[in-house]
Amino acid sequence: MNQQMIELLAGGIKETLYMTLVSTFIAYVIGIPLGVICFITDKNGICPGRIIHLVTGILINLLRSVPFLILLVAIIPLTRLIVGTTIGSTATIVPLVVAAAPYVARMVESSLKEVDAGVIEAAKSMGSSRLQIIYKVLLPEAKPSLLVGGLISMATILGYSAMAGFVGGGGLGAIAINYGYYRYQTDIMFVTVAFLVLIVQLFQEAGIWLVNRIDKRSA
Amino acid sequence: MADTVLEIRNLVKKFDGHIILNDLDMNVQEGEVVVILGPSGCGKSTLLRCINGLEEIQSGSVRIQGKEISGTKENAGLLRQKVGMVFQSYDLFPHLSVLGNIMLSPVKVQKRKKDEVKEEALELLKKVGLADKADSYPRQLSGGQKQRVAIVRALILHPEILLFDEVTAALDPEMVREVLDVILSLAKQGKTMLIVTHEMQFAKAVADRIVFIDEGKIMEEGTAKEFFEHPQTERAKKFLHVFSFEDVR
Ligand SMILES: Nc1ncnc2c1ncn2[C@@H]1O[C@H](COP(=O)(O)OP(=O)(O)OP(=O)(O)O)[C@@H](O)[C@H]1O
Ligand SMILES: [Mg+2]
Repeated sequence: MNQQMIELLAGGIKETLYMTLVSTFIAYVIGIPLGVICFITDKNGICPGRIIHLVTGILINLLRSVPFLILLVAIIPLTRLIVGTTIGSTATIVPLVVAAAPYVARMVESSLKEVDAGVIEAAKSMGSSRLQIIYKVLLPEAKPSLLVGGLISMATILGYSAMAGFVGGGGLGAIAINYGYYRYQTDIMFVTVAFLVLIVQLFQEAGIWLVNRIDKRSA
Repeated sequence: MADTVLEIRNLVKKFDGHIILNDLDMNVQEGEVVVILGPSGCGKSTLLRCINGLEEIQSGSVRIQGKEISGTKENAGLLRQKVGMVFQSYDLFPHLSVLGNIMLSPVKVQKRKKDEVKEEALELLKKVGLADKADSYPRQLSGGQKQRVAIVRALILHPEILLFDEVTAALDPEMVREVLDVILSLAKQGKTMLIVTHEMQFAKAVADRIVFIDEGKIMEEGTAKEFFEHPQTERAKKFLHVFSFEDVR
């Protein structure tokens, strides 16, 4: 493997990390409030509201049921509007976020559902306001579970980012497709795949380490 | 005559159309310890939950020191602090230390000073024999210890009335005593309490008044002596019979 290849791969790794991390971050900025709203507006939630619950639920399900490759193409106008181009890793962030945010919202919702209802009632019985319950009880209680969800989301987004390589996205996925698929350079493809696997593993290990550190709930 | 802390009038509570509490009236005076007895499913827990606003009520009123607790969304939080509740399942916050559990509400909800709250928390922990557990996490405590922490967590808000819902029901027998002793000492200090329990000996010892509930109504009430020795209604007699055993040999 020559110098040029190494530079290519290094650039791919950088782009993949950039797309994955930024998309995950923005997806969480949108997904956490969405998931919290969906959770608390449930009819047994701390702030029941049928209409809001229904609307957020439908929005989440709708976006989640569109296959990523289709979504990628379908929202090209939106991507162009926001980024100004549809090619490259920055442009890929838009569809990644649109696909991941509802996914994250569901993850967040299910993490919150794991929080013991009795603990929420205890907070209520001590006079906590709804916001206090969300910030001081729900989210901190669910933190380990939220982190695990974050890892899974990140791995999923990484996979999606590779898919985006087919339609002009950047990163390792684009390299694998351009060299491995179009030019039959299988060696490059294998190296790229190895790096993708490695990145997922690294995220996972780091995440599990972090979860174990902060989880005060079990021995 | 002492002030009335809790005043319940014509309380009706339904679940899915089923009447659970049926036009119930009840008063608790300052410093009084009232024990609620009744068969399983008669609505004891539901009554306590209505008193601190965890359940919506269909009609009637629940007043704490003359202030209506139901329906008034704005000051619901304020009023709830006046009603301390301890649950059967402790419901400590698992992610917080013992001290964190106790300090959360006084600091965040009541906006009291951290130092002052901490001092009081440690004082209270000492009183219930847990001075050395301040920095432990709930998972490191026994059931009896958790329940004593839960009691401290309720006490530190300085409630006007404390509600206990079968707080020893989930405990191993050897831990029941340590929790009941804490409640007995609170009674001695003159705390106003409403206690649901299945520990009859404890009920006898602690109660100024026994209230017997069945079918969503108060069937009978009186001093512990009156109730246990001379129950008036057939239902109460039947209920008490469950707890007595005859010699079979
Ligand atoms: N959330 C709920 N939804 C529907 N029904 C309920 C609900 N909570 C309680 N009930 C019903 O209300 C009745 C009274 O329940 P409650 O828990 O108050 O009884 P209890 O006197 O505390 O019984 P126990 O001694 O077993 O604790 C029961 O018939 C129960 O099935
Ligand atoms: Mg009960």
